[in-house]
Amino acid sequence: MSERFLLEIGVEEVPDWMIEPALEHMRQLFTEVLADNNLGGTVDSVDATPRRLVLRASGIAEAQADETKAISGPPVSSGPGAVQGFAKKMGVSLDALQKAQTPKGEYWSYSKKVEGRKSIEVLAEALPVLIPKISFPKTMYWTGKGGVRFIRPIRWIVALLGNEVIPFELAGVKSGRTTSGHRLLGKPEVEVTIDTFADQLHTNGVVLSAKQRRAMIESGLGPNVHPDEALLQTLVYLTEYPSTIHGSFDRKYLELPREILSTVMRHHQRYFSVNVGGDNLAPEFVAVMNTSADPDGLVRLGNERVLRARFNDARFFWDIDLRRNLADRLEDLKNVTFQAKLGSYFEKTERVVLLAKQIAEAVGASRVMCGRAAQLAKCDLTTEMVKELTELQGIVGGLYAREQGESAEIWRAVYEHYKPVSMEDSIPSTVTGQVVALADKCDTLRGCFEIGLMPTGSRDPFALRRAGQGVVKILVEGGLRLKLSDLVGDNPQLREFLLDRAKYYFRDVRGFKYDEVNAVLTPRTEDLGDVEARLQAIRQVRPTENFEPLAASFKRIANILRQAQFTGAGTIDVSVLEPGPELDLHREFLRTSDVVFSHRKARNYDAALEAIGSLRPKVDLFFDKVLVNAPEERVRQNRLLLLSSLLTEFSAIADFSEIVTTN
Amino acid sequence: MDSFQQTLFKLKNYWSERGCIIQEPYDMEVGAGTMCPETFLRVTGPKPYKVAYVQPSRRPADGRYGENPNRLYKHQQLQVILKPSPSNILDLYLKSLEAIGIDLGKHDIKFEEDNWESPTLGAWGIGWQVMLDGMEITQFTYFQQCGGVDLDLVPAEITYGLERLVAFLQGKESVYEIEWTPGVSYGDVRLADELQNSVYNFEVADVETLWQLFAIYERECQRLVGMYPKYVPKERFPLLSAYDYVLKCSNTFNLLDARGAISVTERVGVIARVRKLAVGVAQAWLDQNTPEHAEAAAE
Repeated sequence: MSERFLLEIGVEEVPDWMIEPALEHMRQLFTEVLADNNLGGTVDSVDATPRRLVLRASGIAEAQADETKAISGPPVSSGPGAVQGFAKKMGVSLDALQKAQTPKGEYWSYSKKVEGRKSIEVLAEALPVLIPKISFPKTMYWTGKGGVRFIRPIRWIVALLGNEVIPFELAGVKSGRTTSGHRLLGKPEVEVTIDTFADQLHTNGVVLSAKQRRAMIESGLGPNVHPDEALLQTLVYLTEYPSTIHGSFDRKYLELPREILSTVMRHHQRYFSVNVGGDNLAPEFVAVMNTSADPDGLVRLGNERVLRARFNDARFFWDIDLRRNLADRLEDLKNVTFQAKLGSYFEKTERVVLLAKQIAEAVGASRVMCGRAAQLAKCDLTTEMVKELTELQGIVGGLYAREQGESAEIWRAVYEHYKPVSMEDSIPSTVTGQVVALADKCDTLRGCFEIGLMPTGSRDPFALRRAGQGVVKILVEGGLRLKLSDLVGDNPQLREFLLDRAKYYFRDVRGFKYDEVNAVLTPRTEDLGDVEARLQAIRQVRPTENFEPLAASFKRIANILRQAQFTGAGTIDVSVLEPGPELDLHREFLRTSDVVFSHRKARNYDAALEAIGSLRPKVDLFFDKVLVNAPEERVRQNRLLLLSSLLTEFSAIADFSEIVTTN
Repeated sequence: MDSFQQTLFKLKNYWSERGCIIQEPYDMEVGAGTMCPETFLRVTGPKPYKVAYVQPSRRPADGRYGENPNRLYKHQQLQVILKPSPSNILDLYLKSLEAIGIDLGKHDIKFEEDNWESPTLGAWGIGWQVMLDGMEITQFTYFQQCGGVDLDLVPAEITYGLERLVAFLQGKESVYEIEWTPGVSYGDVRLADELQNSVYNFEVADVETLWQLFAIYERECQRLVGMYPKYVPKERFPLLSAYDYVLKCSNTFNLLDARGAISVTERVGVIARVRKLAVGVAQAWLDQNTPEHAEAAAE
């Protein structure tokens, strides 16, 4: 007969963002316990609220199957004393023993029947070991020095196999069949069975299923709420019984920019903001409570009052910040450290202005605009608003610049210069913004690499990976034609780092194939903006019949050259070429390289690749009929030179020898 | 509706009934109740302790001349330490809210992750900010380490922000409108304090003098910490006096900071000086309270 299983770890409120990974880990650990102990069964579900982690399983055997274990005794050749001793130790008479042939000779052996243990006993031992193994980013102890560590104190444990309690103790808590309801809506002690567990929790104000809690919140949000998946997910795991309340605030606060209002609502109060007429903010919000109702409207009033105080603060900051010109704050940056060895933000700004002007010139943007925007970019760091709402840095500067009459090109560049903040985020929308963002990020990267602050493993305190990713994204998506070496200076490590980021971007974000990315992005790549066009061309040409076979031939050529240790240069001596396949190949090579050259110049890469592909019959014929390693040295060198010229000429778009061919 | 002081009486009474010593505020300037020796030093060691006290907490840079309805130069915290923390601590806490008249059935309570950490002191704890109808009313912390060493017993620290809490209870938009006792408002009692100290902290404080004071306090503290290793018998050594100088340095630093006398670049260095003192005293304190020294003191 098989049994169902329930484990509930009752805890004090677990941080919302840690819950889902912990549940998956718990599922994995328990699956291992079942398998390692031959208990059968499968995990049916893992669920959680802030106060409980729950695992349910079924099909668990009542007991392990009985086993027969062969226990090896002394060699048969040893005296009677030894075998009698062995039998005595096994607790059996001599005739219960057998002789067994082993590679080392004949040995006495005893087939011991091992009775399978009851699952409940096995689990009673396994669970108190399993629970503290569930991993969390940061754990605590609470029973005293050396005590069990967990994310928050464990206050009760329900552990049932069928109708039986699996008895164990952990951190002074005895397992049982008593759970605890919602802090305000339920009873503190509720006896449960596996069948009634979820229903009884529900009766006691706890919705166990995250999916259901999510649905409850969503159904209460109303049609015009600004969608916010991350906030929704947070609230699902901040509540045991979520319900929504709709509040409002005075229209007068709408004079403040929506960025500020919605940041206060979202980050500081965890409210959803509400849109009206498309993209405008309505003077409303939706808050999510961890209780069923707001009978007297007190919760709504309380939340409205808190928001009012927050908005008043924000307005106070807005007003006093605007009393000073943003540009006048540049001097203040002398007192704000960027990094101890890299100086203040004032010094950083000077560097970024210079770099932004250089980049502007290279991409044909306005030097004046880019310089001005770069100068203003960090000036909001000393504003009261940024001190209070740090997540708004850059944005606040842009808003102040707009209020103080800077042109749209400039204030928008300031506003967007931290973009892209993630791989999903868009790049700055104007070329001025792109230039400033690029200059700012490149300066950070250069500086940090110069003083040895490269990211290692999971440590990346200056978010250099994100900066690198941003550089790549702006170059590619902004279509900026810039030389990598102009951006990174002559630091080979930084160059490699950025190429790595670029590989990640093209592979994992843009979905190009691994080998195609390797073929196009070589250590010598200079123009990231051009990489995409080449990758697109390869993607398009790859399925055509000539491409992969030709790639295989290129690989062969590369191997031949390597084996011959060919480093020669010079011009091909046409007079030495043998009429037939060799001379034909040479003629075709000359003709094709003209075609390829003009296509490449026009960045018409698929046409160029197709032209290269058309070489295939001649290359095949050459390898078929011509012996590269000709006995005569002059002929041999000339042939190697022909192949090498072919390879160099046509590897300018992509290194075909990197393409992984199927046959 | 309870007045400010009635609410205070009720909270003190509530914790008194649960076995806490009711202390009076520490008689020096501190930025938070956590810094008082009753918390910072008492949480170490194996001896159980329960205490509650109101601590006026000075944060010069938060002063607003009495004009901001929610921000204060000096606010009052009710600090509760239960060492070790009992297993029903959160229920006890919630009942304390009921004791001051909050009908929990009509409100929304959430516990949101908020840990406390002072890295250079090697001191940290894990906990939450408690949100009541979207307003933070309490910081709750389980202390874990001090001076990089695991604490023997894990204390729970509950810090109520009293002005906010009472403004909420009384439904006031501004803390200055809180009724302190019938006929007397919070503003009547404290407005001058807020205004004058804001003027002093932001405009009038003499930077030169403050730097000198800082240096004098620092020197005296260093002198004491330097004496400790050779001093016998250990239990007589005035580490508590040394700790007072740490607090003085800390407050002087806060004043200089509010006055705008410390550039952001300098800031890190000055904070490091204060921390060096605090670490020195904390380490000596741990040594002074090792079992052999503590027993000698008890005899």
